[in-house]
Amino acid sequence: MALYRAHVLICHGTGCASGGAPKVLEAFKEELAKKGLEKEILVIATGCHGMCEFGPIVVVYPEGTFYSQVKPSDVAEIVEEHLYKGRIVTRLLYKEPLSAQKVCHYKDIPFYGKQHRIVLSNCGYINPDNIDEYISRDGYQALGKCLVEMTPAAVIDEMKKSGLRGRGGGGFPTGMKWGFCAASPGDKKYVICNADEGDPGAFMDRSILEGDPHAVIEGMMIGGYAMGADEGYIYCRAEYPLAIKRLQTAIKNATEYGLLGEDILGTGFNFTLHIKEGAGAFVCGEETALMASIEGQRGMPRARPPFPAVKGLWGKPTNINNVETWANVPRIIVQGAECFAAMGTEKSKGTKVFALTGKVKNTGLVEVPMGITIREIVFEIGGGIIGDKKFKAVQIGGPSGGCLVDEHLDLAVDYESLTAAGAIMGSGGLVVLDEGNCMVDTAKFFLEFTQRESCGKCVPCREGTKKMLDILTRITEGKGVPEDIDRLLYLGNQIKDASLCALGGTAPNPVLTTLKYFRHEYEAHIFDKKCPAGVCQSLLRYSINTEKCIGCTKCARNCPVSCISGKVKEPHVIDQDKCIKCGACMDNCPVGAVVKG
Amino acid sequence: MTEEKKKIRSLDDLRKIKEKTGDLTSARSEVDKVKVIIGMGTCGIAAGAREIMNAVLKELEVRNLHNVAVETTGCIGMCQNEPLLDVIRPGEPRITYCAVTPPDVSRIVSEHIVNGRIVQDKLYGRAD
Repeated sequence: MALYRAHVLICHGTGCASGGAPKVLEAFKEELAKKGLEKEILVIATGCHGMCEFGPIVVVYPEGTFYSQVKPSDVAEIVEEHLYKGRIVTRLLYKEPLSAQKVCHYKDIPFYGKQHRIVLSNCGYINPDNIDEYISRDGYQALGKCLVEMTPAAVIDEMKKSGLRGRGGGGFPTGMKWGFCAASPGDKKYVICNADEGDPGAFMDRSILEGDPHAVIEGMMIGGYAMGADEGYIYCRAEYPLAIKRLQTAIKNATEYGLLGEDILGTGFNFTLHIKEGAGAFVCGEETALMASIEGQRGMPRARPPFPAVKGLWGKPTNINNVETWANVPRIIVQGAECFAAMGTEKSKGTKVFALTGKVKNTGLVEVPMGITIREIVFEIGGGIIGDKKFKAVQIGGPSGGCLVDEHLDLAVDYESLTAAGAIMGSGGLVVLDEGNCMVDTAKFFLEFTQRESCGKCVPCREGTKKMLDILTRITEGKGVPEDIDRLLYLGNQIKDASLCALGGTAPNPVLTTLKYFRHEYEAHIFDKKCPAGVCQSLLRYSINTEKCIGCTKCARNCPVSCISGKVKEPHVIDQDKCIKCGACMDNCPVGAVVKG
Repeated sequence: MTEEKKKIRSLDDLRKIKEKTGDLTSARSEVDKVKVIIGMGTCGIAAGAREIMNAVLKELEVRNLHNVAVETTGCIGMCQNEPLLDVIRPGEPRITYCAVTPPDVSRIVSEHIVNGRIVQDKLYGRAD
């Protein structure tokens, strides 16, 4: 095997790929061939590096140089200067927002400093389409250890000792869940990977599948061995084409090696794996709806018990875990349960991957130990709020979660503390909001989503969320009435109590938590007919400060509906009846005379 | 990369593949590696640094040495002594060799990189 002196890793996560990474990769191959370097420098496509904001990302080893926002036209310079002559192309280095310093090395970037990448250790580091690279990083060693050296009961014990809890949101202890399924009588059992990630702003599971598909496969096989299942399904939404493609390649390569199939590693263990593409309904993330969908039925939840561990897919005992949970399994087996349990808080062990989005400087994918504070995530890893505006809240757990505010900044993040604060861990979506976000509008956004995704089985969820949304819409349009707040609270609590599954059971959360922490904003909309953040269009009013106006006519010339009148060098006036609140006058005023409010 | 479609039939088979594939990602790890740095400024290239690079890569391949990081660097100002080649063993000072020729490379690799003995006649100095 030839020795490559340098490796050029080009991020091909969905973010970077849509930002043009495949063209960057082609350009590298072309330029290296031109210089005759193609035999000494390896170019590979990897999974997500997490810093999606700055993609496409290129990392050059052995130096570990981190280039951000690389365009195909930059490639010739990187090849000529860095790879040929050894001079780092400083203009393409990542610029740290806090210090405004250029950072040369991957490992010196503060974004990664506070992170603890275990599940993501291969993401962005290996070529996900090359099974040999996974094997070279201890891949399938955990499976080998389980099959050869451990009994199924010992594997379950190890999972219990590790303290791993379901990463899909519920936080149920994984070892215990496996124990139920293992103890369930039956000669045919199934394991399922829930990859139906659908919360707005969440992309943790997608990135793991794209960056390290074999880890999920290996985790499922270990689970299959521990619980006596010989068949598995990965339920992944069709909206994740790249993840599905990588999984297909991974399953094909593992099958060619005999790591999937019959008599695996000569131990008599058989395991086959299927991918089931879902149509992207949010409710199919609920386990009973998911199984119905695999069976070819309409994706609707059913009452539990019986739990899937007793009567699951096609009536057989079944265990369902989320992508991140499965990906943790091989690491726990290789490094030992104690090593895993040493990280995190008393009741929440290990790490959690979050998709950090919204108004932070470094959006992206982060993996942090349980027990880290919101402050560390938002201000240290996230680099603070864009434009150094004031922090307002984080929406954690997506449409099923709640918001956390200033007073929670130093809260240690784990399952219990988040639930106590009215939010949930959820699958890991973390949306940061600043003073420019209207909380009523934010709650409306999430409720619009859950209302649309409600499967319609339970009346409280189907009709109740619709009513809540009607009320929120009316409030944002300035038509709210004083009783609306009490109605929202009443409806919200009823829907939570009376819905069958977690979709309805959590759908009112964004409204209830924003009401708890930002009741004054609701009141401003209802009583004063004002949106304090200046977001809700119907409540906005643009006017011109006659003392500041210099009569330059710029506003009038840029108004698309010609509703501004006034003579040159005299103060102008906006006709409120005609104004469409587009804000063009404000954007164009050279002296800041246009005021919003 | 996966030209061998041989089945993995035991844990031993898996370990063998791991050993064989270890170098696939080894260039990406920074732990305990010997570093070789070749001067690739205009002066270095003019003095034949490309040939030195080729010789280094060939020698490492022949000797099956995977724990060596080969880097390039720009001109450091001693143009008349190019090609310059530096060797840094973990925990040891940076040793600079000057006017290196392809035949010198094999001596530097076997003596210094493998056995830790500095090749005195090509030595320029050490930078701490």
